[in-house]
Amino acid sequence: MISVYHYMGVAGILFAMGTYGVLTRRNAIVIFMCVELMLNSVNLTFISLSAHLQNMDGQIFVFFIMAVAAAEAAVGLALMITFYRNRASIDVDDMNMLKW
Amino acid sequence: MENLVEIALQNVNMAAILPSVILTCFGMGLLLINVFLPRGTTRPAVWISIIGLVVTGFFVFSGWGDPQYGFNDAVAMDNYAAFFSIIFLFAAGLTILISDNYLHREGYPVNEYYPLILFATAGAMWMASGTDMMTIFLGLEVMSISLYVLAGFFRGQVRSNEAGLKYFLLGAFSTGFLLYGMALIYGVTGSTKLTEIGVYLSAHSSLLDNPMTLAGLVLLSIGFLFKLGAAPFHMWVPDVYQGAPTPITAFMSAGPKAAAFAAFLRIMEYCFFTLKPEWTAMLWVLAVMTMIIGNVIAIKQTNIKRMLAYSSIAHAGYAMVGMVAANEIGYSGILFYMLAYTFMNIGAFAVLTLAGKKGEDNLTLEGFSGFGFKRPYLGVAMTIFLFSLMGLPPTAGFTGKFYIFAGAIDAGYIWLAIIGVLNSAVSLYYYLRVMVYMYFRDPVEDYSWVSLPAAAVISIVIAIIGVFYLGIIPGDVMELAKLAVF
Repeated sequence: MISVYHYMGVAGILFAMGTYGVLTRRNAIVIFMCVELMLNSVNLTFISLSAHLQNMDGQIFVFFIMAVAAAEAAVGLALMITFYRNRASIDVDDMNMLKW
Repeated sequence: MENLVEIALQNVNMAAILPSVILTCFGMGLLLINVFLPRGTTRPAVWISIIGLVVTGFFVFSGWGDPQYGFNDAVAMDNYAAFFSIIFLFAAGLTILISDNYLHREGYPVNEYYPLILFATAGAMWMASGTDMMTIFLGLEVMSISLYVLAGFFRGQVRSNEAGLKYFLLGAFSTGFLLYGMALIYGVTGSTKLTEIGVYLSAHSSLLDNPMTLAGLVLLSIGFLFKLGAAPFHMWVPDVYQGAPTPITAFMSAGPKAAAFAAFLRIMEYCFFTLKPEWTAMLWVLAVMTMIIGNVIAIKQTNIKRMLAYSSIAHAGYAMVGMVAANEIGYSGILFYMLAYTFMNIGAFAVLTLAGKKGEDNLTLEGFSGFGFKRPYLGVAMTIFLFSLMGLPPTAGFTGKFYIFAGAIDAGYIWLAIIGVLNSAVSLYYYLRVMVYMYFRDPVEDYSWVSLPAAAVISIVIAIIGVFYLGIIPGDVMELAKLAVF
């Protein structure tokens, strides 16, 4: 029997994987994909808890998160394209103009 | 079915979101008008957005003392939200006034800049008035997404691209933490409404040391501390502030920071008042770290924009002291300080905007040698703002810090107040150094490129009036701030 704990566990593992990816990867697009993974683990958490609690709020929240993630993707990819045009790279190690 | 629709409609109260809706309408109308304006004509957009801010400010003012709750208690336009909304409107207005000339100088006379600032302001207002985690999240994202674009606004400049991309990646990363915290809190309490969460947690005291509650609290705090630029989540602040267009840096350091404080404070006070000892202890450590890191690293900086970025980290630390105090004077001190900080910091950035050359290569300390004698008016203005940032009387910075530290002492945090005062003593060094360069070094340039456009002068004058008004007669505004807190 799959309980809410299983879903929460999967979501927690996904979140940890996303966090690990953001911290270790060097390619901006892969980092962004890892951020999306984190957001999707949050969606999974919300939906499983919503089903468990018999409460609709969590599912509505998920719709907002998906809409916002789409808007964020549009802006983020545009920023990456402008950076790529000027530096011909999207490696975060090449973002080295601003340093102390 | 009809019944459900009726119930849903009864809960809608447009008065609760009226000011931000008006602001958004102005923003969207401006986007439409921009299509018909010839390229490079930005003057109408400036004045339309200023009119929009003034009209919004009028509606915020007229709602003072008359709290409106709407959308099934997801939005509360109370005094607290109104006070913060005024701060955001001032920040946006002063920023827009210093932007026009700057955008032309840098070769990006693009009209879309102004609607984006209006949308960011509207998002900040939703953050301040949100009493449901969904509203706060949506406001945060509306604000942040507009700011990502604005930080990377100069498409051809690698520095601006880099600032925008860094801000975007780290901002989205922190949003993940914030949302995971919200999800866990929702799982514990079964609600996303702040008051219901608070009531549920105080009714079920066994949940207070539940790991899920504590993990939710910590993740939520990480998300907000990130937006505040508090240590140890401050690493993005100097890079983004240095690379972004200077007026946008001014806006980011005032408006969105105040918005993050507004939402963070409301969530902590509404949801987690039962866990107050825990989160004040956490914020005690972080406030001290933030103040020390901001002030100590600022000493080393030679670029004034980057120095002001570190100083803005330190100022977030001072305001966090008010949260640790967690009493009326501390909380109203935060509101007061954020208003004071808006005037003094945007003023300093306004002078910086005017003093810079095309391409922003004149923002180092050496570049300011002899500036005070060559450009006396701007020199005096900069001096006033720097004195205020140091926290010297009779300026707004002094009274703001006074209220916040008084709150800390009132709550028994003597050591925290002492550390805060010592930190402002450290900050004297790097602010005074700017003045030493301005007045005691021989000029290397004649600053012939510095012009004084009317709009920017209006902005600086408003900022100076604000600094002295809050510094000399702080009582009136402080009374309002006291009425605004919970």
